[in-house]
Amino acid sequence: MAQFALPRNSTVGRGQTHHAPSGAKKPKSFKVYRWNPDTGANPTVDTFEIDLAECGPMVLDALIKIKNEVDSTLTFRRSCREGICGSCAMNIDGVNTLACTQPIEDIKGDVKIYPLPHMPVVKDLVPDLTVPYAQLASIQPWLQTESPPPPDRERLQSPEERRRLDGLWECILCFCCQTSCPSYWWNGDRYLGPAVLLQAYRWIADSRDEMTGERLDALEDPFRLYRCHTIMNCTKTCPKGLNPAKAIAEIKKLMVARR
Amino acid sequence: MSLRTPLGRVRGLGSAKEGVHHWWMQRTTALALVPLTIWFVSSVLSLVGAGHAAMVDWLASPWSATFMVLLIVATFYHMQLGLQVVIEDYVHNEGAKFASLLVMKGVTFVLGLVAVLSVLKIALGG
Ligand code: SF4
Ligand code: SF4
Ligand code: FES
Repeated sequence: MAQFALPRNSTVGRGQTHHAPSGAKKPKSFKVYRWNPDTGANPTVDTFEIDLAECGPMVLDALIKIKNEVDSTLTFRRSCREGICGSCAMNIDGVNTLACTQPIEDIKGDVKIYPLPHMPVVKDLVPDLTVPYAQLASIQPWLQTESPPPPDRERLQSPEERRRLDGLWECILCFCCQTSCPSYWWNGDRYLGPAVLLQAYRWIADSRDEMTGERLDALEDPFRLYRCHTIMNCTKTCPKGLNPAKAIAEIKKLMVARR
Repeated sequence: MSLRTPLGRVRGLGSAKEGVHHWWMQRTTALALVPLTIWFVSSVLSLVGAGHAAMVDWLASPWSATFMVLLIVATFYHMQLGLQVVIEDYVHNEGAKFASLLVMKGVTFVLGLVAVLSVLKIALGG
């Protein structure tokens, strides 16, 4: 059965509290999920009080400040710090989003930070994304053709054909949508999930690709595609404002159109 | 423990190459149920207070009986498709899944058949 309660070794305990330095002008509490595979202990939530007067505006700034000044063992992924690499995806205040583009100011009360939901945890805020990465590889996210490229130039596309890729190419593969999808939580071993299906559609919609039929063949499956029940969590959570649910609906339409 | 690569596991047995029919039938039965349900509710409302004989007379007319049978078939078909999705979503043990799908399909089929035969019995003057 689908699991609705946390297994015993995943129940979260209370962790340490690090108080703000005396004289802090704008203290704010960050409650951060911690788990260390080396200790074998259950996960905990640590509380870090940070002086916002001495901190950058985004949640990632606070995490970096904690790592630099309070607890250097705090582990998380980040790279670009401007919402383009997709590394810093995590669950902040109950919503999957990018720590580097989430203003601290927009969060009322304590800032609760957890790893992306329903994934195995590597350490602290780092989820194990092996399965979604393999799922992405399985849909072969690259241009596939039989016609050789023109000898003297690149493969051309009309402006309208190019426009069909808008809302798809912007995806940064942060997997916020993937891990927000209840269907992916229950059946993530077989359901491809919103991020991977949006990528699949990105190549199905590409006028230069010649493998559209084969791509649809590979998706036509009660689990790979049809586990999407249009719950729309994916679209609601996407930090880039994309609409994976719509891309999935377009794939389903094409499945009917080719019958 | 398995040493199979993640890609190998994800590709698994390949795609089943089905699912469109199920999805399409779920949509079409949902669409069909809209006018059929409106017809049913408005008919029943117009019969409020009528006696047993009037109700039987109404159901015995060819039009009412036809729409009634269509309503029953669409309802039970739609219900069966929906329940199948729920079972596939939540029951992960293959044996339990197979058994519950079989029982669910059998029960919805029998219930639907009983309902259709009851209408036909009245319509054909049994
Ligand atoms: S669709 Fe949005 S949420 Fe999903 S992976 Fe792409 S950018 Fe992230
Ligand atoms: S619309 Fe589909 S993919 Fe998106 S959250 Fe819902 S079930 Fe998941
Ligand atoms: S650090 Fe690159 S998206 Fe946040």
